[in-house]
Amino acid sequence: MTAPLQDFSESAKPMGVLGKTGTFIARILLSIFVPIATFIVLYAGFMFLRDSNASKWVIAIVAIIWGVGGVALLYLVSNWFVERLGDAWRGRLQPFVFVGPAIAILIWYLALPAVRTFYASLFGPDGKVFVGLKNYLAVFSLEPNNPMMVAFRNNIMWIVFGATGAVVLGLLVAVLADRSRFERLAKALVFMPMAISMVGGAIIWNMMYSVNPNIGLLNSIYTSIFGRVPVAWTAANQPWNNLFLIVIMIWLQAGYAMTLFSAAIKGIPGDMLEAARVDGASEIQVFFRIMIPCIMGTIITVATTVIIFTLKIFDVVWVMTGGQFNTQVIATQFYREYFTNQNAGYGSAIAIVLLIAVVPVMIYNLRQFRNQEAF
Amino acid sequence: MAASATTSKPKKKGHLLSDILVNGILILIVIAWTIPTIGLVVSSFRTRFDIQTSGWWSIVPHRAWQTVATLPVPEGVDRNGVMQIEGGQGTFEQFREGVQVGNTKLIWIGNRRTGTIEVQKQSLTTNTAFTLDNYKQVIGGKTFEIRKPDGTVETVKGDNMIAPFLNSLIVSIPATVIPILIAAFAAYGFAWMKFPGRRLLFILVVALLVVPLQIAFVPILKDYKTLQLNGTFLGIWLAHTGFGLPLAVYLLFNYISTIPRDILESAFMDGASHFTIFQKLILPLSVPALASFAIFQFLWTWNDYLVALIFLGSAPSNQVLTMFLANMVGSRGNDWHLMTAGALVSMILPLMVFFGLQRFFIRGLMAGSVKG
Repeated sequence: MTAPLQDFSESAKPMGVLGKTGTFIARILLSIFVPIATFIVLYAGFMFLRDSNASKWVIAIVAIIWGVGGVALLYLVSNWFVERLGDAWRGRLQPFVFVGPAIAILIWYLALPAVRTFYASLFGPDGKVFVGLKNYLAVFSLEPNNPMMVAFRNNIMWIVFGATGAVVLGLLVAVLADRSRFERLAKALVFMPMAISMVGGAIIWNMMYSVNPNIGLLNSIYTSIFGRVPVAWTAANQPWNNLFLIVIMIWLQAGYAMTLFSAAIKGIPGDMLEAARVDGASEIQVFFRIMIPCIMGTIITVATTVIIFTLKIFDVVWVMTGGQFNTQVIATQFYREYFTNQNAGYGSAIAIVLLIAVVPVMIYNLRQFRNQEAF
Repeated sequence: MAASATTSKPKKKGHLLSDILVNGILILIVIAWTIPTIGLVVSSFRTRFDIQTSGWWSIVPHRAWQTVATLPVPEGVDRNGVMQIEGGQGTFEQFREGVQVGNTKLIWIGNRRTGTIEVQKQSLTTNTAFTLDNYKQVIGGKTFEIRKPDGTVETVKGDNMIAPFLNSLIVSIPATVIPILIAAFAAYGFAWMKFPGRRLLFILVVALLVVPLQIAFVPILKDYKTLQLNGTFLGIWLAHTGFGLPLAVYLLFNYISTIPRDILESAFMDGASHFTIFQKLILPLSVPALASFAIFQFLWTWNDYLVALIFLGSAPSNQVLTMFLANMVGSRGNDWHLMTAGALVSMILPLMVFFGLQRFFIRGLMAGSVKG
């Protein structure tokens, strides 16, 4: 395809007044018609995808064509439209042709919902009666049977044990693998759980934790070596049963931490480490005095990512225990209140609490971004 | 960077001890990391009966009691008192538990009146009766036998995993493809165009990176109700597109903004428009970044449970794999032979994508940072 710039040569030709107005009107009509036609095509695709009873495969193929082709068409047409507008307007509008759709989707799907959810959180269960901040008072109520307090405690446990565990283990594996001959194999195996869904992970660990010592490896060891009675690990010994769920998260996420740490460690200049070793520093000193400070930036990035991940944890808890046995977390409480108990206002308030919990990380990210000179 | 990795490994003598220590700890961690998955893989090939009666680890050679002979209970022993059988002595209850004589064990099988005695010896054994039946069942549908009141037996086929597998594909392919182009355009716009509000809009993208999806569910469900999109594939594609976009834009921006300026400037000199440059230059140059996002988004959508639960629902015709498995855990929590096989079927594709395209995936991890 060639650059759609042809219409400038055209306007340089001498033309009669009638011809000029004629082309002018034709141009305007075309400029109106093309976007409308595009819209109709996209809308027809939308209606087809929404209502069609065709086989799923047909719909999926149409969806891919609609998704890729439709998006391409949208850009092509709006760009064509903008290119016809002359230099000044083109310069002004074209950037929005490029960023506009993404921004529109982001606002519809994420930015606006934050405001709308907050609005909904000010209303009662049916969304009609204004209750002010009552839902928030209920969320933070100090009454002994408030399940949210247990959820908060559990989320803190997830962060304290889970995020720390994933970061420390990831760092340990990264450092050890860096000095081992089996680096590639070891890293691939530790990284592998990242490809497994949390539901799949839950099945794997449900098996590990099974009360039946013929199925659960943990209980098999516990009964045969320690001679004890099998334990339902995810239900008994509250609140420490949470730790057994947290292990699953560490298992899934340590690979992520390891990968980033591994790259950061390889980025440390070799002569720096060598110089320290020549000066008689022990390996432990090298690790704490040189490696850790060198990769501090990565540690912070990984830690914030994992903390956010643990704050929003849902699947593992939902599949393993359904939030029973005092293992509920903020995200499962949100689901329970909004969908199971049909309490729209209260559920929305919990979602907003979750949002507030990540705000510090958001601010930190923005600050990091501001320090980048690139923008 | 990569070269220093190989040279920095300690090779000096006297490091033998630390070498053993390093590799020893590493091997321990790796074993601990792999055992749960091995358990899943092994169990998925074992019969239901084997799974219930012996641990999957019994495939490892171990010493176990093996029956070497079966004897009738000798005539004339007092079955209600202390008995002398084959040199062993004990009551019925003791024989039920097993009476040890030297290195053999005598076990009473069956009830007090009609039972027999099994002579067992300890020997090295492995439990390697593997089967593909579990896979046949989860893929072809489990058959249930229902006995009707009139005595006839009807076999009913249960749900199989083919439909959820296809549904997962149908969800994740468009949900991966649709956001890519939108994000690439936006990333180019942010990287190479000047416009008022550019900084502010990009700040919005960065801020939305960590927003929990939970805040979006309620309003989007409302909109979907108006648009009649609840429970449709279109609804979930758009939802995944919306939720994946912040990361996509951020990741692609990081890549596209590092493309050398001179390449673009010389293209501008030749009179190319932004659109041409994007299409002819930027898109081909960004293929690695597009690939790493695609892998990311594919794994994310394939493994997603929450978004599918909310927007697609658990109607059998729409069930994706994660939903199918989660329901299985809830309803048939003891069918380990089916759950393990099912879980493995659901992992095949992501594991293949993952190991096949690991390089791109890791690059994506490095470039992006956080994702809701």
